[in-house]
Amino acid sequence: MRILYPFLAVLALVLISFVGAKMPGGQSLFGVVIPYLAFFAFIIFFIKKIIYWAKSPVPFRIPTTSGQEKSLPWIKQNKTDCPSSTGGVIGRMFLEVFLFRSLFKNTKTDVEDGPKLVYGSSKYLWLFGLLFHYSFLVIFLRHWRLFTNPVPSFVTKLELADGLLQVGVPVLYQSDIILLLALTFLFLRRVIRPQLRYISLASDYFPLFLIMGIGITGILMRYFIRVDIVSVKELAMGLATFKPVIKGDIGVLFFIHLFLVSCLMVYFPFSKLMHMGGVFLSPTRNLANNNRMVRHINPWNDTSIKPHSYAGYEDEFREFMVNAGLPVEKELPPAAEEPPAAEEDKPAE
Amino acid sequence: MADPKPDVLGVSVARDPSLMTGAVPSKEWMDVPAVFKPGNYCYPGKKSIVEYHSKNFPGLFGEPREWEVESDDWKLPDNWKEIIINGIKERLDKFRSFKIFMDCCVRCGACADKCHFFLGTGDPKNMPVLRAELLRSVYRNEFTKAGKILGRIAGARPMTFGVLKEWFMYYYQCTECRRCSVFCPYGIDTAEVTMMARELLHLVGVNTNWILEPAANSNRTGNHLGLQPHTFKDNAEFLLDDIEEATGLKLNSLTFNRKGAEVLFIIPSADVFAEPGIFTFMGYLLLFDHIGLDYTISTYASEGGNFGSFTNNELMKKLNGKMYAEAERLGVKWILGGECGHMWRVVHQYMDTMNGELQRSLEMPVSPITGTRFENAAASKMVHVSEFTADLIKHGKLKIDKSRNDHRVVTFHDSCNPARGMGMLDEPRYILENVCNNFYDMPENCIRENTFCCGSGTGLNTGEIMELRMRGGLPRANAVKYVEDRHGVNMLSCVCAIDRATLLALMEYWNPNVGVCGVSELVGNALIMDGEKERETDLRFDPLPGTEG
Ligand code: SF4
Ligand code: SF4
Repeated sequence: MRILYPFLAVLALVLISFVGAKMPGGQSLFGVVIPYLAFFAFIIFFIKKIIYWAKSPVPFRIPTTSGQEKSLPWIKQNKTDCPSSTGGVIGRMFLEVFLFRSLFKNTKTDVEDGPKLVYGSSKYLWLFGLLFHYSFLVIFLRHWRLFTNPVPSFVTKLELADGLLQVGVPVLYQSDIILLLALTFLFLRRVIRPQLRYISLASDYFPLFLIMGIGITGILMRYFIRVDIVSVKELAMGLATFKPVIKGDIGVLFFIHLFLVSCLMVYFPFSKLMHMGGVFLSPTRNLANNNRMVRHINPWNDTSIKPHSYAGYEDEFREFMVNAGLPVEKELPPAAEEPPAAEEDKPAE
Repeated sequence: MADPKPDVLGVSVARDPSLMTGAVPSKEWMDVPAVFKPGNYCYPGKKSIVEYHSKNFPGLFGEPREWEVESDDWKLPDNWKEIIINGIKERLDKFRSFKIFMDCCVRCGACADKCHFFLGTGDPKNMPVLRAELLRSVYRNEFTKAGKILGRIAGARPMTFGVLKEWFMYYYQCTECRRCSVFCPYGIDTAEVTMMARELLHLVGVNTNWILEPAANSNRTGNHLGLQPHTFKDNAEFLLDDIEEATGLKLNSLTFNRKGAEVLFIIPSADVFAEPGIFTFMGYLLLFDHIGLDYTISTYASEGGNFGSFTNNELMKKLNGKMYAEAERLGVKWILGGECGHMWRVVHQYMDTMNGELQRSLEMPVSPITGTRFENAAASKMVHVSEFTADLIKHGKLKIDKSRNDHRVVTFHDSCNPARGMGMLDEPRYILENVCNNFYDMPENCIRENTFCCGSGTGLNTGEIMELRMRGGLPRANAVKYVEDRHGVNMLSCVCAIDRATLLALMEYWNPNVGVCGVSELVGNALIMDGEKERETDLRFDPLPGTEG
C-alpha cells in the first residue's frame, strides 16, 4: 500500500498529462499554464515554509557536539565537529551540506549470539545519497541551456564534463545514468532492509517514483524518442521571458516530462523534500559550541521564574542549621521553641 | 515480576524475533498498541508531589491525582486532547528546533540502529526515527496540509488515548542521549523531541514519580535525595573520617555555606550519599586540600544534577537558578562543578541563557593555583572539575603516585551529556593517563561522541524497569566486556553521578568483575598528600598493590 499508492499516483500523473496534452488547448495548459502555476507555487510556498521556521526563535544554543570542545589551550579542539566560532560553524555546515558529513559516519549494527553487538561501517547510503543529489544538480544546471541565449559557458563546460565518456550519439551523460542508478538503490534499500521498510511512508516512495518518472521521460526524450528540441528551446525561452509560444508538434513525451516536473515543484514545499532548506536551519548543527563563552539570549526567557529562595530555605531549616553549626543569615529567635516554619511548602510523603 | 537472568536475557536479545534480528512485524506500527505491564513502565507521580510542583507552575504539571498506568482510565481532564494540541502549537512557536525536526526527517534510517534502546530491545518504536514519528504523526494531522488532506497515507493520525499511551511508553524509553543526532544528516535530535513530548505529557498530568519527587526535593532541600542541611553536612563530614582512615589526614578544608570563599563547589548530591560516588567525593576533597583551594560547598545549592531538565524547561530553569543565586549570596568569584552528566548539559548549554541575569559579580574563572584563565567559561563562570584538574596536572601542580592505581585496569565511559552536549572528551582521558598506569579505551564506535548511554539516564534509573535498563545498557556493557576480555579491564570510570549508580547495576548484571568509579576517585588515590601516613589501602579500603597480605 505504502509503495503501490504512490506508484499508481505517479502513473496517474503520467496518464493525465499524456491525455491532457493531446486535448485541444492541452499544450498551452501543460506547457504554459501549469508550469507557471507550479513554479510560482514552488517559490511562494518554499519561502513561506522558511518564514514559518524562521518565525520561531532558537531559545537555547544546542549544538550536538561531535568532537573535542574548545577548553584549555593545549587540548586540541575538533574545529569541524565541535566548532566554537562562526567560521567553524560555516565549515561544519559546508561539510554537512555538500559532503553529507554525518551520513559519512554511518555504521550498521548487528546483534550476534553472546549477546554481542557488532558495528560495521556502512557508507552506501552516504555514497548513493551523494551521487543522487549531485547528479540531480548537474542535470538541473544542464537544463539552463534551454533557458538562456547565448548558453553560458559553465553550462557547456558542464555538459562536456558530464559527457566525458563520449559514448553514443547523442553523447551519453553520466549524470542521467547515475541518477537512475542512485534512485534505484535508494528505492531497493527502502524495500529490502527490514528497518527501512518498516519506517517508510507513502510520502517516502512518492518523490522517488516521481523523480524516477522525470528521469526516465527525460532520458527517453534525449536518447530514444526524440522531440522537437528547437520548439522546446523556444518554449523554454518564452517561459523565461514571459512571452511563451508553442510552435509545431513538440511531442507528448515532453509534456509528460514537464508535468511531472511541475508536480515536483508543487509537492516540494509541502513535503520532506524541504530538508533542502531545513538543513541550514538545524540548531544542532548551525550553532557554535561557545555556550559558556558568550551568552545566548532566549527572547521568551521568563524572568519571573526564580529559584526557591535561600531565605525560604533558611526559614524552613534554620534550627537544624544552627544546631549543626552551619552559618545562617538570621539568628534564631531567643526562645527557639516553635517548629520550623514554611511547613506547608513541603511535599507530604 | 522477577527480572530475567543475564544468560536468558542475552539469548533473548540475540535470538528473539525482532526488528534487530531481522524479523519484520506483521502489523504497521500505527496498529500496534502500547501495552503496559509490570516492569515496563515507571510509577506515576504521587499526588502530593504533583501538587507541590503545580503550586510553583500552575497548569504545567496537569491535574494532581492518583492514577494507574495499567488502567484504561488515566483520569485525564476532559479537554486533554485540546491541551496537548495547544501545547504542541505553543512549543512550535517557541522552539525552531521543534519545527525543523518535525518537518525535515526523510526517514533515511541512519539513526535507526544508533539507539541503545533499539539495540537492546529490537522494538521498532525505539528506533529514534519512529520515536519521533509518534509525535510527528500527530503534528502532521494538526499542522500540515498534506496530513490534513491525506491522513494516514501521509503518515498522519489523530491524537487518541492510544497515542498518549505510546508517548508515555516510548518517551520514557529515551534517555535523551543524543547519539541519534550525531548520525542524522540534518542533525535531528530525538532527545529534543523527547523533551517536547515529556513537556506535553506533563501538561495533562502524565508523569513519573522517580523524576518528580527528586525534583521536588531539589527545590526544597537543595538536593534530590531530600537531605536536610544538617544531614547533608553530616554525610559529607562522615567521609572525612573515611579519608582519615585511608590517609591518616584529618582534612579541615571542607566548609559549608561559607561566605567569602573564592570558589563555590557544586556536586551531584549522590556523591555524598552512596557508593561509589562517595569515593569520588573523597577524591575531590583530597584534591582541593592538596592544592589549598579556597572553596566551600552549599547545602542550599547542594544538587548539581537537575531533575527539572527531565520534565520541562521551566522547572529546569527554577532548579538551576540556585547555582547563581547561591554563588552571589556567598560572594564567591566563580563556580566549580563536580562530575555529573546531565548537570553539565544544563550548565553548559542552558544555564547562562536561562539564569544569566542572576549573576552580577561573578568573575572570569581563574585557577588560583596555575593562573590559568578559563576563557571557555568566560560568560557562564562555571568550570568542570575535570577541566580544572587537567590544568593542574599539566602545570605539574599535583604530586602523584600512579602506581597506587595499579590494581585497577581502567577504561572510561563518556557520559552522553558531557560528550554530545558539551564536547568534554580529552580532559578526563588526560587525567586518567596521568593518574593510572593501565588505561584502555573502548572501541571507537562506542566512545567519545559515539558513546553509548548507560541505559538509565533522564530519570529512568528506577528499579521497576530493570529489564529495560539492562537491555538499554547492553551496548555499553558489551563494549566494556570487549576491553575486559582483551586487557583485563576491571574498573569503569566516568564523570557522571547517574552513571555511578546505573553502571554499577549494569556491570553487576553483565560484567560482574568490573567496578565503577569516578575519575576524581582515581585522582584521590594517586595524590601524595603532605603528612599522610603510609597508604595501605585506596579510598575504598581495598589493599594497594604490593601491600596486600
Ligand atoms: S537520521 Fe534523521 S532524517 Fe534519517 S531517519 Fe533519522 S531522524 Fe530522519
Ligand atoms: S536520544 Fe538516545 S535514547 Fe533517545 S532516541 Fe536518540 S539514541 Fe535513543
